[in-house]
Amino acid sequence: MNSFTYTRVHNAREAIDAFLGSPASFYVAGATDLLQLLQEDVCAPGTLVDISRLPYRDVEAGPRGARIGAMARLTDVADDEAIQRHYPLLSQALKETASTQIRNAATIGGNLLQRTRCLYFRDPAAACNKRHPGSGCGAMHGANRINAILGTSDHCIAAYPGDMAVALMVLDARVQVQGPNGARVVPIDTLHRTPGDDPSRDTTLQPGEIITRIDLPANRCAGTCAFVKVRDRATFEWALASAAVGLEMQGHTIRTARVAVGGVGTVPWRLPHVEGALAGKPLRSDTVAEAAALSVRGARASGQNTFKLKLLQRAVEEAIIAAGGQS
Amino acid sequence: MTESNQPGGRRRGARALAEQALQAEQLGDNDKANELVEHATHIDPDETITTLQEQSASPLARVEQASEFAIVLSVNGQTHELIVDARTTLLDALRDRLHLTGTKRGCDLGQCGACTVLLDGRAVNACMMFAVMAEDHEILTIEGVAANGRLHAMQQAFIDCDAFQCGYCTPGQIMNAMGLIQQGKAGSDEEIRDGMSGNICRCGAYPGIVKAVMTAMAEVTE
Repeated sequence: MNSFTYTRVHNAREAIDAFLGSPASFYVAGATDLLQLLQEDVCAPGTLVDISRLPYRDVEAGPRGARIGAMARLTDVADDEAIQRHYPLLSQALKETASTQIRNAATIGGNLLQRTRCLYFRDPAAACNKRHPGSGCGAMHGANRINAILGTSDHCIAAYPGDMAVALMVLDARVQVQGPNGARVVPIDTLHRTPGDDPSRDTTLQPGEIITRIDLPANRCAGTCAFVKVRDRATFEWALASAAVGLEMQGHTIRTARVAVGGVGTVPWRLPHVEGALAGKPLRSDTVAEAAALSVRGARASGQNTFKLKLLQRAVEEAIIAAGGQS
Repeated sequence: MTESNQPGGRRRGARALAEQALQAEQLGDNDKANELVEHATHIDPDETITTLQEQSASPLARVEQASEFAIVLSVNGQTHELIVDARTTLLDALRDRLHLTGTKRGCDLGQCGACTVLLDGRAVNACMMFAVMAEDHEILTIEGVAANGRLHAMQQAFIDCDAFQCGYCTPGQIMNAMGLIQQGKAGSDEEIRDGMSGNICRCGAYPGIVKAVMTAMAEVTE
């Protein structure tokens, strides 16, 4: 681990000033991802700006919406009774994330910004355009079993690893951000960036910006939602494929569907083709399978991750059936 | 104002000696502490006094080197003042500085759970937190679990249920299990297995561990 200095701040203004005032600043809150990156020399900060004490830890939820402080720990949100009642999809995704210890420490804002688990990104000796722009991509023809099949480019196939962001795509989350130029709102589906020809930037956040809160509109799918996560072991593992689904039902007919997937895209991935194919259709195994087959439209496998093409379709299918099965 | 450090300084002379004196005092070596203070005062009395005052009073006292900080950690009900590099993890501080070696180092990446401690009553990986960030939190390690010469119910249950072989992962297992019970998450075999998944046991004592947590849970809720 390289040597760095540390600054503790108590409000957003102090944080932004401290961040912009030093070279190579990193914000730190739960530290659970950053410490792994530092232990393995994936990044080398000059200053850590500790924002864990910023006053953004409250969690409020009800029938009309939710406000989730970015410094709330994953446990705080997963166990919140109002979240469980009005946003069970979010609670479930969080409960299936990481381990007890990590959920007790990791923050909501940090979880959104966690970095890829791509083996080549996490190994400073390997070629990686995300970690070291222009060095190439070792994963493209390498050990890419966990890598992405959607949203990839010729420069990067690193998968976005998170679960919560996938649920938030279905829930239409709006990410509140504070930055040097004031506050702004970032819709969840524009927070993460596909790699294109600049994989080094994971998100659309600007230098110094801090996630302060996540807002959710009223949820009409609280009783008809499901999160399916497929992984190499039963718990404490990242998704090989995950699917979050929210349905609005009219009897046995799907009125509208919202479908997002994780572990397969370079960003949390919404599936509008699947949603369109489900709208107005009866909830039957044949119609669901037909719609789920569209999950892989535009997908591109890279060798060892070819199994994800089938896995993704089946995860989506299972999640749709599970969501509708509750109605 | 941020409680920041000033870069570019050197940690030499009177200040460094005064800091070493504080550390010696912490370790109970008062003779060495007095000797160091005397030496420091001889070099620069003002700086010696300032250093000693700063470090006992301020919540995040500055040390000259940009990456070093004087902090106060509250562990097992006792407060400890120490000077740490910003890189020092809570695990390093507990083991190497406070000599509380019951908390074990396994992977240093948050994957094995051997370093689990309770932070304000919740289980966390001590390797996944910087010591400077642990200020103002109550830390409980395995050394603080037994009380009045009696093992905690969870420790006794681990012994009674044969919940370990080599014992290396056991302090972490016990701390996470205690956290789970405090959070009300040890209600069933399935819940315990899920909640304990962040603790690896290479001896494979899992059935005994689950049984121990169930046993202790029953005792606590009686």
